[in-house]
Amino acid sequence: MKPTEPATLRVDALLDEQLGARVLIAPIDGSPSLRFLADFAESRIAVCGAVMLAFFALAAIFAPWIVPQNPYDLAHLDILDARLPPGSRSGSDGGLDAGGSTMRYLLGTDGQGRDMLSAIVYGLRISVAIGVISTSCAAIIGVSLGLVAGYAGGKVDALVMRTADIQLSFPAILIALILLAFLRPGLSNIVIALVAVQWAYYARTVRGTALVERRKEYIEAARGLGLSTTRIVFRHLLPNCLPPLIVVATLQIASAIALEATLSFLGLGVPITEPSLGLLIANGFQVLFSGKYWISVYPGVALVLLIVALNLVADRLRDMLDPKLRSR
Amino acid sequence: MAAPPFRPMLVFLIRRSLQSIAVLFAMSLIVFAGVYLIGDPVLVMISPEATQTDIAATRAALGLDQPLWVQYGRFITGALTGDLGRSYAYSVPAIKLILERMPATMELAVVAMAIAIALGIPLGLWAGLKPDSIAGKTIMSGSILGFSLPTFWVGLMLIMLFSVSLDWLPASGRGATVDVFGIKLSILTLDGWKHLLLPAFNLALFKLSLIIRLVRAGTREALLTDYVRFARAKGLSNARVVGVHVLKNILIPVVTVIGLEFGSVIAFSIVTESIFAWPGMGKLIIDSIGVLDRPVIVAYLLVIVTVFIVVNLVVDIAYSWLDPRVRLADSGSDA
Repeated sequence: MKPTEPATLRVDALLDEQLGARVLIAPIDGSPSLRFLADFAESRIAVCGAVMLAFFALAAIFAPWIVPQNPYDLAHLDILDARLPPGSRSGSDGGLDAGGSTMRYLLGTDGQGRDMLSAIVYGLRISVAIGVISTSCAAIIGVSLGLVAGYAGGKVDALVMRTADIQLSFPAILIALILLAFLRPGLSNIVIALVAVQWAYYARTVRGTALVERRKEYIEAARGLGLSTTRIVFRHLLPNCLPPLIVVATLQIASAIALEATLSFLGLGVPITEPSLGLLIANGFQVLFSGKYWISVYPGVALVLLIVALNLVADRLRDMLDPKLRSR
Repeated sequence: MAAPPFRPMLVFLIRRSLQSIAVLFAMSLIVFAGVYLIGDPVLVMISPEATQTDIAATRAALGLDQPLWVQYGRFITGALTGDLGRSYAYSVPAIKLILERMPATMELAVVAMAIAIALGIPLGLWAGLKPDSIAGKTIMSGSILGFSLPTFWVGLMLIMLFSVSLDWLPASGRGATVDVFGIKLSILTLDGWKHLLLPAFNLALFKLSLIIRLVRAGTREALLTDYVRFARAKGLSNARVVGVHVLKNILIPVVTVIGLEFGSVIAFSIVTESIFAWPGMGKLIIDSIGVLDRPVIVAYLLVIVTVFIVVNLVVDIAYSWLDPRVRLADSGSDA
């Protein structure tokens, strides 16, 4: 430490070092959201993850406008182009792109002569949609139950938490498998299974925070003002329980997408008419042994990059929002 | 206080057994009701040309024309005598089918766990002792990848690399087996090991990452404690400090996690077995769900729940025995 620095700065830096925090490079002034972004950007690898994530999100949202070929328009597919290696042109001029001219398959084709790049972008769309929808539903259900349990305590708390504990003692894949065995595969059923698997994580996280928060003075003050319980729980308690929830939600989207891919790979997930990345990988599995790697590998690469990007962002958020969980 | 040591343990065991039976009973109800709701197995099994009378006859033969509670009653009386119904697809008792496949799954799970422990503890120790070295950082990044990559995708990559490209190891099946007391085992033959290696490593990867993290965190914590500092101050060799004082104290959480995770290894073997065509329980359940083989699905789920309950119980007992600070619930606070 240079002796020319003002004493206060030195104390701050010392404190930061003691607490294991990194010294802020970002200016201290500026709006909270700007400061948040600057803090986030300190980790270069997390920024890489965020950029990748934004790229995937945009690709998923704008899929129909950016893919070279509509992969599910049979008029544009040519079965003679089946399983062409990456980079090849449509051999019989039957495979057409969105504009109606002959296709060049950047990432090769699958068993139906479908452009893999287009299929992957569409698959990404389905995977992301399932991940986001199931996570949102699970968050709403889990957070509501956890808040009520944490705030009310007593029998409600015992019932909700005992259920969550029993459920969490079994691996997620087993519970999803049981449910899908009952419900049969299908788009809405896989969402139901994922919600059923995930709610308990939110309930447990939010209950833990709520138990601490409800003893604080602002809750007492709100009660003293005679506010209704609903208002206290959702307007005052919930916002203060948010930071750990954001971390859990980011991680849960990643694990929901991975679980959906696994179930679809096993043939228990999405229907063949709406293939997610997991089902695309499964479709290529049989021809993997004959060296036609691209049908399985490229969707797999997309899936892995997506999951890794989510994990990188979640790790950074955890470091920033939840000092208790900070990885040492 | 020297209370008789067996009494709290006995009370604990009785209470936990009763709880376990209640959980198992509840599970049997849920599973049976749930399985009953899915599809019509008769339509899957019977040939499309079958007449209405044939279908009715098959249904009656399988007992499917009875009301649900009669079917459950039959099922539960059967279950108590070890009979969980006959598989529709194979026409043999479902429980026999599962017990036949169980050794293959157990073998895979045990070898996977052994790989995770044998690699995880030294790697975790290394990463904990030298957290800022390149090796330490590489180990940690590797464990993050091991956590986040989907098991089935890692399995595919292993097949692509070691079976298709390099052609070193086979990608499917169990290889040659040896009968030991009527149980077929692959670990006793070279061919069996070749078949076992890829799926076991695939299944081990997630637990390996977990053990690395646990051991690393435990090591870093232990290095800061007074007893390690004291051991160092006494002039003990580094090997002795790490090998005895650090390792001993991180083993308790590691043993607990290994025990608790064993059940989840068995559950995850569903994925690995499907990829590597390993003829265990996991592959059986996926096939059975495909053909709506209700008795096998129900039997599998009850068997796996039983395994989970037993594993948790054993871990609890082992834990209290390993760590004298832990007392079994309700056994008093005088310790």
